[in-house]
Amino acid sequence: MTVKNNNWHLHGFPGGIELPERKERASDSAIETLPLPPLLVLPLRQHNGLPALPVVQEGDCVHRGQLIGRAAEGRSAALHAPADGVVSFIGYHAYPNDSGLTELCIGLCTDEIGSIDEEEMVDDIDLSEEDMRERIAMAGIVGLGGAGFPSADKLTRNPVKWLIINGAECEPYISCDDRLMRERSAAIVNGAQILGRLLRAEKILLAIEDNKPDAIAAMADACFETHIELVVIPARYPSGAQKQLVQNLLGIEVPSGQHSVDIGIVMYNTGTCYAVARAVAHSEPLISRIVTVSGDAIERPGNYEVLIGTPIEYLLQSACVNPNKLRRVILGGPIMGIAINDLAAPVTKLTNCLIGSGPGELDEELSARECIRCGDCVEVCPASLMPQQLYWTIKSEQHARAAALHLGDCIECGACAYVCPSHIPLVHYYRHGKSVLWAADQQRTGANHARARFEAREERLEFQQNARTSAQSARSSVHHYESESVADAASPDAADLTIMPLEPDAAAVAAAGMATETIAKTLKTAAVTGAHNDRMPEVLAAAQRARTKRANAAAHSAPDSAPGSAPTTGTEPDRANIAPYSDKDKT
Amino acid sequence: MNVAISSPHRTLGDRVGPVMRMVVYCTAPGMTALMAFFGWGVMIQVWLAIGTCVIGEALCLSLRGRDPRHEMKDFSAFVTGLLLGLCLPPYAPWWIPLIGGLFAIVVAKQLYGGLGMNLFNPAMAGFIFLIVSFPVAMTAWTLPLGLLSDPPGLLDSITLIFAGETLSGQSLAALRIGIDGFTMATPLDHVRIDVAQGLMISELLDQPTFGAFAGVGWEWVNLAFLLGGGVLLQQKIIGWHIPISVTGGLLGMATIFYIWNPDHYSSPIFHLFSGGTMLGAFFVATDPVSASTTPRGRIYYGLGIGVLVYLIRTFGAYPDAMAFSILLMNLVAPTLDQYTVPRVYGHLPTGKKPP
Repeated sequence: MTVKNNNWHLHGFPGGIELPERKERASDSAIETLPLPPLLVLPLRQHNGLPALPVVQEGDCVHRGQLIGRAAEGRSAALHAPADGVVSFIGYHAYPNDSGLTELCIGLCTDEIGSIDEEEMVDDIDLSEEDMRERIAMAGIVGLGGAGFPSADKLTRNPVKWLIINGAECEPYISCDDRLMRERSAAIVNGAQILGRLLRAEKILLAIEDNKPDAIAAMADACFETHIELVVIPARYPSGAQKQLVQNLLGIEVPSGQHSVDIGIVMYNTGTCYAVARAVAHSEPLISRIVTVSGDAIERPGNYEVLIGTPIEYLLQSACVNPNKLRRVILGGPIMGIAINDLAAPVTKLTNCLIGSGPGELDEELSARECIRCGDCVEVCPASLMPQQLYWTIKSEQHARAAALHLGDCIECGACAYVCPSHIPLVHYYRHGKSVLWAADQQRTGANHARARFEAREERLEFQQNARTSAQSARSSVHHYESESVADAASPDAADLTIMPLEPDAAAVAAAGMATETIAKTLKTAAVTGAHNDRMPEVLAAAQRARTKRANAAAHSAPDSAPGSAPTTGTEPDRANIAPYSDKDKT
Repeated sequence: MNVAISSPHRTLGDRVGPVMRMVVYCTAPGMTALMAFFGWGVMIQVWLAIGTCVIGEALCLSLRGRDPRHEMKDFSAFVTGLLLGLCLPPYAPWWIPLIGGLFAIVVAKQLYGGLGMNLFNPAMAGFIFLIVSFPVAMTAWTLPLGLLSDPPGLLDSITLIFAGETLSGQSLAALRIGIDGFTMATPLDHVRIDVAQGLMISELLDQPTFGAFAGVGWEWVNLAFLLGGGVLLQQKIIGWHIPISVTGGLLGMATIFYIWNPDHYSSPIFHLFSGGTMLGAFFVATDPVSASTTPRGRIYYGLGIGVLVYLIRTFGAYPDAMAFSILLMNLVAPTLDQYTVPRVYGHLPTGKKPP
């Protein structure tokens, strides 16, 4: 059944595992459109970024394809009504995750499937690039492969060297992209060409695993006489992971901490290409997607075209789930998917697969043994990490060491946990380690901000005091002062350095010059605090004098003291002197 | 349904027990060869050692508050006992496997925290403990049965081990006297002692204790363990790194010295097929717990063992050196792990720019 590779030179990637595919159950039947569910639940965040902002209210009538959530500023994606109906609620509702969390959702009571206000069908050649970008952005398309990155945001950097269309679909059970490539290959190619044009890609590659011969044949036909190169890659999990696919196709590693786009490579999933083609050619927003429903407890496994927001329970019922056999519902594949507890959660833009597992189909219990350090995990890790060392360090809460072993580069593919003979839930440990590191990082950032603020304040206070004392000594030497320098010594926090205009007096200017020099000298000394401490008695005495003077001045003539008085402090050079200090500490 | 289970939801499952059992099965050829050449004593020692180890493990686990019935399914104590038993002289007294097994399980394994936590290979630690404490009993290897004037049967073996003499009242010392009337040691012993006395290797090889290319019997025992090890490799129970580098290190050292002075140093083939080379390289050094865990580290680890085996065999005070070499390299393994971490994806070597 496998197809031999073409003339493209593959570079391979380290590690990886061969998995039982179990795709045939769902992939053998054509895509079926699911009947309209009575209720749709649309999470405002179905993508990587900020949640969309609702533009409808409870009770509003909406029609199919109508914008109901606009993309927020920054990275976000728009949301549309998948069918005609009434907005029944806007509030928190279960969404697909394994922690029982809720997310702000728009509920929609549907009445009919409706039709889209289709702008006239156009050939994409007639559209300007701006129009196409606009349509892709407006359609709310996100990366349908699972990452959920808003597709329009990936189009901003061009030209790129490579555009890679990912049709690898390496996880068991999942066959939605396979079916899509078999049945709608022309639209996928169309979408890929649009993306290639917008990105000014030098080369477009389409990667498909060799276990999908029909999809390869269909795509090869569709790619004929285009500049898209079809590359057949060996079926080896996780060949479809972005970094591994880049490495396999091009022999390039995406540097740690960067995205592939930083090195001129952009990757889109085949499903995304299809959505792009629909959006550009039909101005159709992303309101439905193909979902594989499979598993031993599913009587009618297959690929269903499902409206976004369809409750998972409804989809399972439509695929004839057998509740007596059902052990667990997995969203996504069996290796990276999440176990769903609340079946009221909806299908989102990122839902590619639902598994209703029967008895014995998936691991039922966890009884981990001790790590025997066999190193099987090292052999399969596609990122060349040391999974067992990460496990030990995280287990003993040595998170800094885990970070030094590049925990952050773990893609959580689960290959290590799959082969672990001791059945240790390794990925679970890595997630824990990552979250601890993340929390520590947040805390550190917060602490740094606080410290920077505190130090800046300390410096400012000290600077003011220095300014005061030096100004005083300057004044005493030229015998020129009429009132004390600082406007508000009692609350030095509020005292602003900018407020004092200089008196047009030569002596005062000279004094100011001297004061500035002194201050500069003070600030230049390495041990600022040391100097500060040395001069403490002096400073305190000055402060004392200032208070008395100010009290006197206030008693005599209140309006007199504020504007015309201060001889020194607020000169521009002074501020230039301190600015670098506070900046340095912040960074 | 209500349990949040972390991905992956489908794995190959708990395979420690099956892996260990596979190791047990693969020792069968070697054990058969040992029995064929050295008699029933081999089996008795092995079973005594296994029994001690399994009972010791069960007791320790109970004392530690673990569930022995769950943990014993990993079969690791069984393997420890088996490997220890295979290393013992076939007619050593019964308390030898008992003490060795207890030391291996209680001190070298459970006191360190049980499976996965032990720094040293338990079987080898038990063996070293025995050879250091009871050197006479531990070096009393008999000749292969074919060279004995009066080979012991099953009942003879039992009484010899438990009571110290055969049914006919012969002691072990008497048994060790060969056909020609002299007490003979193992081939490795011979090489070490006789070369020190000025004999040349070519002269040594004429003695009856040497066979086609190594010691009589020993060459077949090693070939049989090599066969079992090959099955382990083929079944992917062990990786190639350690066995290949152990034998490679030993072969390399032996070749260098052999080329330099073939009269004084025995041939590489002799070294490869003598003593515990193959048992050590394929079954003991590959113990994952006490070996290095990185691919590169495992190669250094194996090479270290091979080189040390040669050095101790040739220049040291002990005839065979597998156990010492493995324990010494066990000490180094954590350090090797530290310095042989592979380059992680996306961390390009400095100076190399992504294209």
